[in-house]
Amino acid sequence: MSIQIQNVSKRFGTFQALQDISIDIQSGELIALLGPSGSGKTSLLRVIAGLETSDVGEIFFDGQSITNHHPKERNVGFVFQHYALFRHMTVFENVAYGLRVRPRKTRPSKAEIEAKVMELLRLVKLENFADRYPTQLSGGQRQRVALARALAVEPKVLLLDEPFGALDAKVRKELRRWLRKLHDDFHITSIFVTHDQEEALDVADRIVVMNNGKIEQIGSPDEVYTHPNSPFVYDFLGNVNLFKGRLHNGKLTHGEFAIDVPDSHAHTQDDAVGYVRPHDTQIEKTAVTGTVPVTVSHIHLLGPIVQIELRREDMDEFLEAELSKEHFHVLQLNVGDHVFVRPKQLKVFIPEDFSI
Amino acid sequence: MEHSTPIEQTVPNKGASTNKHAALQEPRFVRYTLTFIALAFLLFFIVLPLVSIFITAFQKGAQVYFDSITHPDALSAIKLTLTVVAIAVPLNAIFGVMAAWVLTKFNFRGKNLLLTIVDLPFAVSPVIAGLVFVLLFGAQGLFGEWLFANDIKIIFALPGIVLATIFVTLPFVARELIPLMQAQGTTEEEASISLGASGFKTFWHVTLPNIKWGLFYGLILCNARAIGEFGAVSVVSGHIRGMTNTMPLHIEILYNEYQFAAAFAVASLMSVLAIITLVIKDIVDWKSKSV
Repeated sequence: MSIQIQNVSKRFGTFQALQDISIDIQSGELIALLGPSGSGKTSLLRVIAGLETSDVGEIFFDGQSITNHHPKERNVGFVFQHYALFRHMTVFENVAYGLRVRPRKTRPSKAEIEAKVMELLRLVKLENFADRYPTQLSGGQRQRVALARALAVEPKVLLLDEPFGALDAKVRKELRRWLRKLHDDFHITSIFVTHDQEEALDVADRIVVMNNGKIEQIGSPDEVYTHPNSPFVYDFLGNVNLFKGRLHNGKLTHGEFAIDVPDSHAHTQDDAVGYVRPHDTQIEKTAVTGTVPVTVSHIHLLGPIVQIELRREDMDEFLEAELSKEHFHVLQLNVGDHVFVRPKQLKVFIPEDFSI
Repeated sequence: MEHSTPIEQTVPNKGASTNKHAALQEPRFVRYTLTFIALAFLLFFIVLPLVSIFITAFQKGAQVYFDSITHPDALSAIKLTLTVVAIAVPLNAIFGVMAAWVLTKFNFRGKNLLLTIVDLPFAVSPVIAGLVFVLLFGAQGLFGEWLFANDIKIIFALPGIVLATIFVTLPFVARELIPLMQAQGTTEEEASISLGASGFKTFWHVTLPNIKWGLFYGLILCNARAIGEFGAVSVVSGHIRGMTNTMPLHIEILYNEYQFAAAFAVASLMSVLAIITLVIKDIVDWKSKSV
């Protein structure tokens, strides 16, 4: 089922939770709503589910407006952040709930319900836990029960609010792979909320980056990671080095440092900030044009990637570089070495463009 | 030397564990003194009076005791009290659940005002509560003439007693449920709705099972108060023997007529009801914790 969100706004008292949100979601897509807390991502999810009503705007499922539909008529599976399992029901009863509360005419028979529930419990690998109560399960198991319960009503849309937020790192990684696989098998249009950029980049087909109730950028993980359209997105999706300076004749300059900025707009003599990812921060042994002199201040030798902390010699700022272990051995760096840094893939933003 | 090392290691361990124990425990004489004071206090203020009720009740023999609790006036008082309880407690349950539901599951203007109003009967003296109903429904009251014209009796009759009892016991169920429902939040209800359940089914299958022990507990407290209410009922009842006297009112009349044995006999009956209520309350407490 495709989802169109058109110009949705929502206000809680004086707080503008959502501001003119529009997203087109294709049928079968897995979308991540990514943003810091308070960015409006959960509010948007709840508006789609009908648990909140938007002040302005419309939502369409397959081209049909469901803006005024009651949540129980939307056929949406919602997985809550803290699972919201029915604490007085067993795992089996929890999963069966959505089928059992149907009106008599559309309710499956007892045997059908049981078959369906057991099938789902097998899917989430909890068939041996059917008679347990939620309090007798671990966090990861509860999360899977919540998923099975949402899937039992065969929703057209699956909405997940911080699905892995309360789990420890290992279980989290396992479950998100599993969710990806589940999505590939079932092809339910799914939207999940997360504040973890790694999770969004890892699982989603497309990422909607949100901040202050507005959409900053929509794109594939690769797009938003390598071509962020704002300093916020750059900053939020991974580590970043800043090069402050002035934009002049297609060059970003600061003191003696100057680098070509091919995609710069015609602005001249503007204050600007260049953004570059640590793995696009190249270390050179000799000075070339467009490099900054630095001192190696710290080396993290952990795993296949070496993180190097560098102190700029022309000003009191630190940069971070990431390089492969092989490259690191070729360079033969030591703490205290004087080297030069060349930013590849510098993206320049002019502060006026994004100052609020 | 080699033999002594393990011993040396175990000794400080033992010392540490007893130290930890001692940190949480007062000296023996303090414990005993405090326990003694508490027990003496309970004995003097609660057990002794309770026992004296039963002693006085049987002072003139079992025959007098059974005569006084089977006297037609006494039986009528017992029946009236039970009738009032049977009407007031269920109404209170319905109101209490509704009020708690509204106050915890929704946000609206005037929420705090409603919360205060629910608490009002705790703050207002029962006598005033009774007077309010007399002023509203009495012969000289606001609706008095209309009620008289239509031959509806509220004051000095069962409806007045029920109204006064409901007023006084109003906060019990709501007060018990509000903190419970606040702690539980609304996500389970939201989950139920998103799974396609109607509002009523959500209430019946999700909300009610989650609050049932709290509700039961509130009802028991409400029940105890409804049986024992004196002040408000006294004002609206009119003390008509065999007609509008509840058990507490009947006891007072017997007492004022120096029929101590009879008064205490009926009082002992009420005490038994109170003790049964407390036992049920304890069972509920224990049950709700084990679930």
